[in-house]
Amino acid sequence: MNLKINGEEIIIKKDNLTIYDILSICKVEMPEMVSVQLNGAFVERLVFASTVVSDGDEIDFLYFMGGGAE
Amino acid sequence: MINFTEEQLERYSRHILLKDVGVEGQERFMSGKVLIIGAGGLGAPAALYLAAAGVGTLGIVDGDKVELSNLQRQIIHFTEDVSIAKVVSATQKIQALNPDVKVNAIQEHVCASNIRDIIRGYDFIIDGTDNFAAKFLINDACVMEKIPFSHGGILRFTGQTMTILPDQSACYRCIFSAPPPRNAVPTCSQAGVLGVIAGMLGTIQAAEALKFLAKVGTLLTNSLLTFDALEMDFRKLVLRKQANCRVCGEHPIILELIDEEQPVCDLKNS
Ligand SMILES: [Zn+2]
Repeated sequence: MNLKINGEEIIIKKDNLTIYDILSICKVEMPEMVSVQLNGAFVERLVFASTVVSDGDEIDFLYFMGGGAE
Repeated sequence: MINFTEEQLERYSRHILLKDVGVEGQERFMSGKVLIIGAGGLGAPAALYLAAAGVGTLGIVDGDKVELSNLQRQIIHFTEDVSIAKVVSATQKIQALNPDVKVNAIQEHVCASNIRDIIRGYDFIIDGTDNFAAKFLINDACVMEKIPFSHGGILRFTGQTMTILPDQSACYRCIFSAPPPRNAVPTCSQAGVLGVIAGMLGTIQAAEALKFLAKVGTLLTNSLLTFDALEMDFRKLVLRKQANCRVCGEHPIILELIDEEQPVCDLKNS
């Protein structure tokens, strides 16, 4: 399956993967700390494990970044 | 219509020469009011460049004092300023750089009860805060007061920023519906940051403020710019305003400001 993850084309030799699986394949350490955009729409965290991705999907991980002043 | 003095014509000559800014754009800078929340890593370069540009009124909000460990990146503060209020230190530098600028120094931390009064009357806000509670508070307050603002965050070698035009473009809560549990995400004070990253990001925020005032170009709306300076990789992620956003959506559920509860992490640690 071909996916575009954070702008990069990635080939994964498996099907029926969920957002949760993709996060683990991409070694995202704390899945609860990212926002996930699937084809331009945000996916609720509660359904990461039940949302299946398909060939050609575009997935973006957005990370919290808190620094600035201090 | 502002009558430029000889000195101002000289001081701002590179703006006046600049197609798309010119006399008209410089006038807009000079009648503009920008509020910078946090006189730290992001706020320092933003304040200096906006002062240099001749922005008419600069508000600076910060309740902290300058510490020695700030000087590695907060370039508006000097060694001799350690232990004085950041807003005092920042005001002195701004006035030394450009006496045309009127500075409103507000020595406070923003919170739910004061933020709407603090931001009201400004044309554009720069979020230069260092914690999620403040970032969400600024987002919600700016959405409610309908004041455009620039979000910014930095960590280690990376940064992210987006510009929000309330009612028109995606807000911070459209992307991140709520703050992460406290301590779940490292801050610069825990994970460190390369000092210059603050300069790279703070100057992008200042550029957005000036573009907004001059009404030129395309703002960083509906997109999150992220960069990783280790690879010098810049990426602009296209976003959409979310109809179900808790604060700017069709049926907002956040109708008044609250200070984010702090004990979330204490539960985890206990
Ligand atoms: Zn929103």
